[in-house]
Amino acid sequence: MGRARTIARRSFLIGSAAILGGIAFGAYKLEQEPENPLRPGKGETTLNPYLLIDGQGITIITPRAEMGQGNQTTLAALVAEELDLAWGSFRIMHGPPAAAYANSTLLTAGLPVKDYEERSSIQQMFEGILKKVPTLLALQATGGSSAMPDAFVKMRLVGAAARQVLMAAAARKWNVPVGTLSTRDGVVHEPGGRRASYVELAPLAVDIEPPANPPLKPASQWRYLGKSVPRLDQVAKVTGTAAYGIDTRLDGMLYATIRINPRLGGEMLSFDASEAEKMPGVRKIVDLGNGVGVIATNTWLAFQAVQAIQVEWGAAPYPPETDAIMARIEQAFEEAPNSSLRNDGDTEAAFSAPAPDDVVEAEYRAPFLAHTTMEPMNATALYTRDSMRVWVGNQSPVINRDKAAEAVGLPSKAVELITPFLGGGFGRRSEYDFTRYAALMAKAMPGTPVKTTWRREEDITHDYYRPAAIARFRAVMGKDGPVALEGKIAAPSVTRQSSLRLAGFAPPGPDRGLVEGAFDQPYGIADYRVDGHFANLDIPIGFWRSVGNSYNGFFHESFMDEMAHARGLDPVKMRLRLMKGVHEPSRLVLEKVATMAGWTGKTPEGIGRGVAFTYSFGAPTAEIIEVRDGPDGIRITRAWAATDVGVALDPRNIRAQIMSGIIYGLSAAVMGEITFSDGMVEQENFPDYDALRMNNAPRIDVEVLENKTRISGIGEPGTPPSMPALANALFDLTGKRARNLPLNAMFDFA
Amino acid sequence: MELTINGKKHRIDVPPDMPLLWVLRDELGLVGTKFGCGVAACGACTVHVGGQAVRSCVTPVGEIKAPVTTIEGIGTPDRLAVIQQAWIDHQVAQCGYCQSGQIMQAAALLAENPSPTNLEIDAAMQGNLCRCGTYPRIRAAIHDAARRLRGG
Ligand code: FES
Ligand code: FES
Repeated sequence: MGRARTIARRSFLIGSAAILGGIAFGAYKLEQEPENPLRPGKGETTLNPYLLIDGQGITIITPRAEMGQGNQTTLAALVAEELDLAWGSFRIMHGPPAAAYANSTLLTAGLPVKDYEERSSIQQMFEGILKKVPTLLALQATGGSSAMPDAFVKMRLVGAAARQVLMAAAARKWNVPVGTLSTRDGVVHEPGGRRASYVELAPLAVDIEPPANPPLKPASQWRYLGKSVPRLDQVAKVTGTAAYGIDTRLDGMLYATIRINPRLGGEMLSFDASEAEKMPGVRKIVDLGNGVGVIATNTWLAFQAVQAIQVEWGAAPYPPETDAIMARIEQAFEEAPNSSLRNDGDTEAAFSAPAPDDVVEAEYRAPFLAHTTMEPMNATALYTRDSMRVWVGNQSPVINRDKAAEAVGLPSKAVELITPFLGGGFGRRSEYDFTRYAALMAKAMPGTPVKTTWRREEDITHDYYRPAAIARFRAVMGKDGPVALEGKIAAPSVTRQSSLRLAGFAPPGPDRGLVEGAFDQPYGIADYRVDGHFANLDIPIGFWRSVGNSYNGFFHESFMDEMAHARGLDPVKMRLRLMKGVHEPSRLVLEKVATMAGWTGKTPEGIGRGVAFTYSFGAPTAEIIEVRDGPDGIRITRAWAATDVGVALDPRNIRAQIMSGIIYGLSAAVMGEITFSDGMVEQENFPDYDALRMNNAPRIDVEVLENKTRISGIGEPGTPPSMPALANALFDLTGKRARNLPLNAMFDFA
Repeated sequence: MELTINGKKHRIDVPPDMPLLWVLRDELGLVGTKFGCGVAACGACTVHVGGQAVRSCVTPVGEIKAPVTTIEGIGTPDRLAVIQQAWIDHQVAQCGYCQSGQIMQAAALLAENPSPTNLEIDAAMQGNLCRCGTYPRIRAAIHDAARRLRGG
């Protein structure tokens, strides 16, 4: 144990030092408060970066993107709870790009530590520093299931401080002690019967210094938090009035689309647009360097015209066929590992001379995946030589603004970026390529707003994919479970590629993302080691819902099932035993899901059940999937899930997120696969890159527990265990073990 | 050519093979109807033509001979249709991008079949993709809307 600790700490320090060193900052800067980016107009008041008050009422500015996960509602509830507003009496708005909205929790999630373990004091110190870095970098990003951990205290303090300030303004106005005042639903009350609304008090409150640490309500007094409140976006979203980026409409706007080299990262050698130029309604052909764009009088014309352009594309900077790509990933096993973030005991000794009957071994493969957000990539821009406005659904406003500015040669401060609703994100919209291209298209027509919409074919063939990965696992089995377990994972690194792309540097040191979901699981095994191997591959990859957990969950938990079956053990009981004394909340979610499903370890003929567990983003999540054989193929009939988020701020929304994560994961497990031929992605649209539909999605039951102390987010943790739980259920049903995804290569689904 | 959309007549001057989707969105500014795939594979663009659910992304505007209803014609924030209220009560939408199409498809189903079974709902709705995975709540909302429309 002593040895494991030292290694963990050493790798921790290397990782953090690298992150910090690459940034070069003065420590004093960490303490500065970022300025309030809200610029109140006439008749408007702002008390802090999260509140804008005008004659119409109160607007709460939410610092994270609403891409479906319901976070705008819960973020607003944090403020409304402490500010004491009536539910639904306020408006909500995405914040502009600004350091004030930096996500302090984002980087700490990248710490190469096992999240379920208590942090040591030195780790806490580093965590403290890392929490301040995003403000410095204006890392205003939505991802990593981090919105709630980041906002839970911060946004309640904002509400509480604003309430104090408004009460102080009322006290001054009436010349009474502030202690005699109370509030209710946006109104300050005085015992004599006088009352004043926040809206009328706000202008009087601007010069009052807010208290630094106002007291927060105890959970027992919460009105909205811990309850399922109605989401604030539902009316707009059922009436077609919710404005997504793609719905942006401006006077005199033209419509565009782009076609970039389908050999990703390759050059454009030449093009001939003479046909397209002759098409009625086509206004301009734009040479984008690595592709072409068309601006026309409507989107349909632009779509047709762009396809009429003859282009000669250069080669891809990676092997052109899937087999060769997978071989390249496999080669990574030959190199020394980038990390051994789990290295308990001595696996080398354990595997030196095991009894052959005790050894279990398996190799698994997961393919590249696309995100396919329902709203295809798009952005709208209006460029006027000395300024630009951009409308784009995105998960990282500061980066999107800065990259758009850079692309058209303007300083960032000359660019204004507006974030409408996102028709899905799943990590895809944390990139900026769609904004950059839209800015370049708009620059070709100064003074005219241009909306650039990608065809679905362009969207699927130009994604930042979930990387393919290969895992090799082996174990030495004792009589009631593994006594030694070793996993090696090879994949290209999302962290490395995206850091280079988004921040301009790649932190050296152990890459947590490559092995998350495998090295950090709460199982106590005496000799337990997980290595990560970097595959060198220039295919664009990025954050895909649950990132490394999305493949490692499948690898690790499929192997858990294989180990259990090799010894005739119940896969639930074996895991429960391994979790004992390691992380009790994890053990309890697994126990819970087994109870929910009435798990007996036995299933009748024609029915299969599988279980899996993944601790990801702070939320231990256990799932059981049931499959049934039918005349038209195998059906996924039921899913049960139990998770623990520490504090369940909105239980109904949390259940919805888990269901969503399960359907997203099952879709990938059943049929998700991006393949390459001649350097190009072969899948183009939903007919060849589909997902579960209503007829083949299971019924899902979810329970949310609160045994953990720290709060965690829930956008991603539902996804990782769904894939192995399904594969394990199929094994139970058929006796056939699937070690490669997607599963429809081996099984016929209804 | 002339089109009746949500009870209102519109004069439009576009090629007859232009898909209705882009006429609605780009020419008329009715952006509640969404673009998802352009090949009739996702249902995001579903509208009613003569009461039938059709994929507007593959429906040439020149072939339309009956009145068109879009999500904007079903109900508005101040005057919600029963089906929209059911959607809200079940808190169906996540990103919401697919929901205009889901509601149009479901409304056409309920007009034809006032008490659909789960299997009938599955059959009618399987052309409508939802990447956020809201299917369980869509199904519940359809049952609920059916009950309310029957006066139950
Ligand atoms: S956009 Fe018409 S079905 Fe997908
Ligand atoms: S709610 Fe997001 S695609 Fe259906």
